[in-house]
Amino acid sequence: MLKSIILFSFLVGCALALGPAVLATKGAVWPKPQAEEKTQDYYTILPHGFNFKVPDNVGCPNFLNDALTRYWTIIATAGSKVSQNSWTRFQADGNFLGTLQTLNIDLEAGCESEDIYPKEGDSENYTLVVDAQGATLSASTIWGVLRGLETFSQLIYVEQDSLIINGTTITDGPRFTYRGLLIDTSRHFEPLTIIFAMLDAMAYNKFNVFHWHIVDDHSFPYKSRTYPELSDEGAYHPFSKIYEQSDVARVIEYARLRGIRVIPEFDTPGHTSSWGASHPELLTACYSNNEPNGNFGPMDPTKNSTYDFVTQLFTEIVDVFPDNYFHIGGDEVDFTCWQNNPDVGTFMGENNIATYKELESFYIQHVVDILDNLESQYLVWEEVFVNGVVLPNSTVVHVWKNNGLTTLRSVVQAGKRAVYSSCWYLSDLQSGGDWNGFYKCEPVALIDDEAELDLVVGGEACMWGEYVNEFSIVPRVWPRASAVAERLWSDREVTDVNDAARRLEEHTCRMNKRGIAAQPPNGPGFCP
Amino acid sequence: MFKLLIALSALVVISSAYGPAVRATKGQVWPKPQQEEKTSDYFIVRPHTFSFQGPADIGCPSLLDDAFTRYWSIIATSASLERRGRLAEMGKKHTKFWQLDESFLGNLESLKVEVSDECTDDALPDFGDNENYTLTVNADGATLSAQTIWGALRGLETFSQLIYLEQDALVINATTITDFPRFSFRGLHLDTSRHFLPVYIILQTLDGMAYNKFNVFHWHLTDDQSFPYKSRVYPELSEKGAYHPVSKVFEPSDVARVIEYARVRGIRVIPEFDTPGHTSSWGAAHPELLTTCYSNNQPNGYLGPMDPSKDTTYDFINNLFTEVVGVFPDSYFHIGGDEVDFSCWQSNPDITTFMSDNNISSYEGLENYFIQHVVDLLDKLNSKYLVWEEVFVNGVTLPNTTLVHVWRGGGFDTLRDVTKAGKYGVFSSCWYLDHLSSGGDWQKFYECEPLNFDGTDEQKKLVLGGAACMWTESVNEYNVMPRVWPRACATAEKLWSAESVNDFGAAQPRLEEHACRMNMRGIAAQPPNGPGVCL
Repeated sequence: MLKSIILFSFLVGCALALGPAVLATKGAVWPKPQAEEKTQDYYTILPHGFNFKVPDNVGCPNFLNDALTRYWTIIATAGSKVSQNSWTRFQADGNFLGTLQTLNIDLEAGCESEDIYPKEGDSENYTLVVDAQGATLSASTIWGVLRGLETFSQLIYVEQDSLIINGTTITDGPRFTYRGLLIDTSRHFEPLTIIFAMLDAMAYNKFNVFHWHIVDDHSFPYKSRTYPELSDEGAYHPFSKIYEQSDVARVIEYARLRGIRVIPEFDTPGHTSSWGASHPELLTACYSNNEPNGNFGPMDPTKNSTYDFVTQLFTEIVDVFPDNYFHIGGDEVDFTCWQNNPDVGTFMGENNIATYKELESFYIQHVVDILDNLESQYLVWEEVFVNGVVLPNSTVVHVWKNNGLTTLRSVVQAGKRAVYSSCWYLSDLQSGGDWNGFYKCEPVALIDDEAELDLVVGGEACMWGEYVNEFSIVPRVWPRASAVAERLWSDREVTDVNDAARRLEEHTCRMNKRGIAAQPPNGPGFCP
Repeated sequence: MFKLLIALSALVVISSAYGPAVRATKGQVWPKPQQEEKTSDYFIVRPHTFSFQGPADIGCPSLLDDAFTRYWSIIATSASLERRGRLAEMGKKHTKFWQLDESFLGNLESLKVEVSDECTDDALPDFGDNENYTLTVNADGATLSAQTIWGALRGLETFSQLIYLEQDALVINATTITDFPRFSFRGLHLDTSRHFLPVYIILQTLDGMAYNKFNVFHWHLTDDQSFPYKSRVYPELSEKGAYHPVSKVFEPSDVARVIEYARVRGIRVIPEFDTPGHTSSWGAAHPELLTTCYSNNQPNGYLGPMDPSKDTTYDFINNLFTEVVGVFPDSYFHIGGDEVDFSCWQSNPDITTFMSDNNISSYEGLENYFIQHVVDLLDKLNSKYLVWEEVFVNGVTLPNTTLVHVWRGGGFDTLRDVTKAGKYGVFSSCWYLDHLSSGGDWQKFYECEPLNFDGTDEQKKLVLGGAACMWTESVNEYNVMPRVWPRACATAEKLWSAESVNDFGAAQPRLEEHACRMNMRGIAAQPPNGPGVCL
């Protein structure tokens, strides 16, 4: 039966240009599993007659039930109505296995508690078997169960009004442990509904880190408990363009339930103009002709009060965000303001600081010490490493600039861990579907040594917010970030762009159906 | 008072990077009027006591009343409680700032609207219709005068854009505007074949067009990939050739809705049924219309452009185009004629025989033979037409009413040749919205001057305007709005405003305001200028 349908599709393409540019797959998984075998055998699924069977003594029954409800709903809204006609046809088909009534979930080690939080290095492996005996999903962690449920939901497809799942054996796990998406909520404010849509789509692509670039030069939308004036004065609007504490908690919880970590970034000492709206004393006064010229530069590294302020704020942040990592920024520090401020010059002379890079290191060293005291680990943008700040080996260096492959190699050769983004800037646009470039990028192309390879923990797609607002961000990110998701999850050998195009055509329509406003990946086409 | 506010804004900019990259204007008009004078005097507009006063004896009362209702709603919505609360918060203690202000002229109670020409409620915008208007807001009140109903619509749009929210009050400055379009053909082209776009998206696009004074919706209805137009005479075309026979088609009622929605906004709808190329989807139901391609003297299963050698092809087109001319009231029809691939014609032995029987010596000659037939059909139907530039370049005999649509690279030279030959030109070469670069991505559209070719004044008068083209290979219903807007606004201003309005830096603050204005009116425009906010 399935074969005849495929033949039929070919016949319809009677002229080369008629119909979609790329024919979508049916029930193919994105990102591609590590090992997968499918047969011609298949079940139908009737949502009202389908259920998940969970272990009795799982330590986080509510957490698991939330996930099962989400996925049951996704399966049910995929739409199906088995008519008498199709039922008769199925019964006459030797490959028909019947109606699948249960997915058995085997959570081998159980889970600790309802408030379990995903940590770096947690296993996400799972196995999924659909055969004549039924269907079973096995994983050692709740995170593996979540990834397997996503895969299970993607195996199901609509064939002539019926939901079908083929006999399938999948053994899967991620290539990289850190698979991130950066959203910048400073250049344009993004409402919570958009952030939730992003987290949903991240789950559909097995991303596991939401890097929240929450503040920057242009606005400070985070409402701090300690310093509420930061957003009162520094947000685009003091109450309609801010994230209240309850909003932040909601985002963290929404992400946690999907096995996604939330890593906040409070970038210093540059990219901090918005902090100065309420606290100009934090920033370096810029001088022209030996007079303050009214402009402000990076944080003022010469004053103890700067570090006191950062200590207070970061103590709050480490408490608000449960992740054990904090992104402390450190990129693109403009030295001109430090150069022309006479107090900074005096300070450097008194402290034997010879260069502005050293001054930057002096600053970052203080921030690093603050986080060490708070027992938080951290990511830094690559400049912090390149400029020679002393960093513990738990630091993750975030490589983003041009020649990133070379920088990445230097970072791991220095024994530091690294996350890669240089080739995955979603703000860089070209005509067309514009995902091939992201897909073809291999982050460890220049690294051979096994120990060094182990230090590359993953990568991140970056959606800088200068040119996206709530109306354009979702189709700008999806499905382009899906290319990054597959590069970070699937085997290194999964590089066939044509095969990926067919699967991404299906996956994009799948996201559309689930409410994600993804744009077309491959030219002319439609979603059934 | 206003000076004080401006001074306050300057103080807030404590360092150059904080806040929006480009500060929006307040109450500036897009596209920029031909002549405009403003003073610091101002009225306050209170929606519940404001009304439009039309002429008592106008011949098109419904058309005008519809427009009044639309613009009253736009004005009222821009002063929503929520928005007033937000801006009052930003202004802090300055509410009721107008009470002690010498420049305050009082509440504006009405806009008087005068239309001097006769009009009827079923008036249809036509090629060359006057769209001029004058708008005066001064101590005596506010008056909009236009010769035609279309001018009145353009003036109402301008009036609505002059009003801005200052803290918690709608303000309009005393203003004198004399305005008219530089070009009479200001089009937006939308392709509904590569991706089907639902009717609500088309209606939103027409709203966006009205907000930018576009006046032609060029509906590229069909192409190779799908045939969503549901024909009365040949319903099988969409039953077999649409992406889906029910959910991805435009029913006759949908088409009528689009035409009416456009008409009441002063927008013409010009349909395109592109032939003889770009017709694969026609072949889903009628493969006999298309040329059979051959390999090694055998049909290879592929079909090429329309078969120009068969009378039945022309009979079919005659029947379909008779319907289309009946359905679309515009006096123009876009008949396409671009990118005809000759390889299939070359491979087919029957075509070769036909050519020698008819003394046709080249494939350009064969294309001309086809197009000449189509042109003759339309002449008989009393419809005028646009053609893509290839039809002109390949030397088809065209009457002087034809509009040649220039779209390829090197468009300026083509426009020179078209006008030198005494034909009308419509320009699109520099306004392809599917060409993407990083950033706000509208400067390239804004800095394109369509008359930047070597030609006489007489030649330049033959350039009737231009169209921004949204080909939809890589857009669907989810991203078409932010892809088009506000990038197409750049084209709108090039086509409406004076040639001297060409300073990108000066346009940025106005487009920052206009993009937010569109957002507020429900158009999902993307940001034009980098970091920023709409309040």
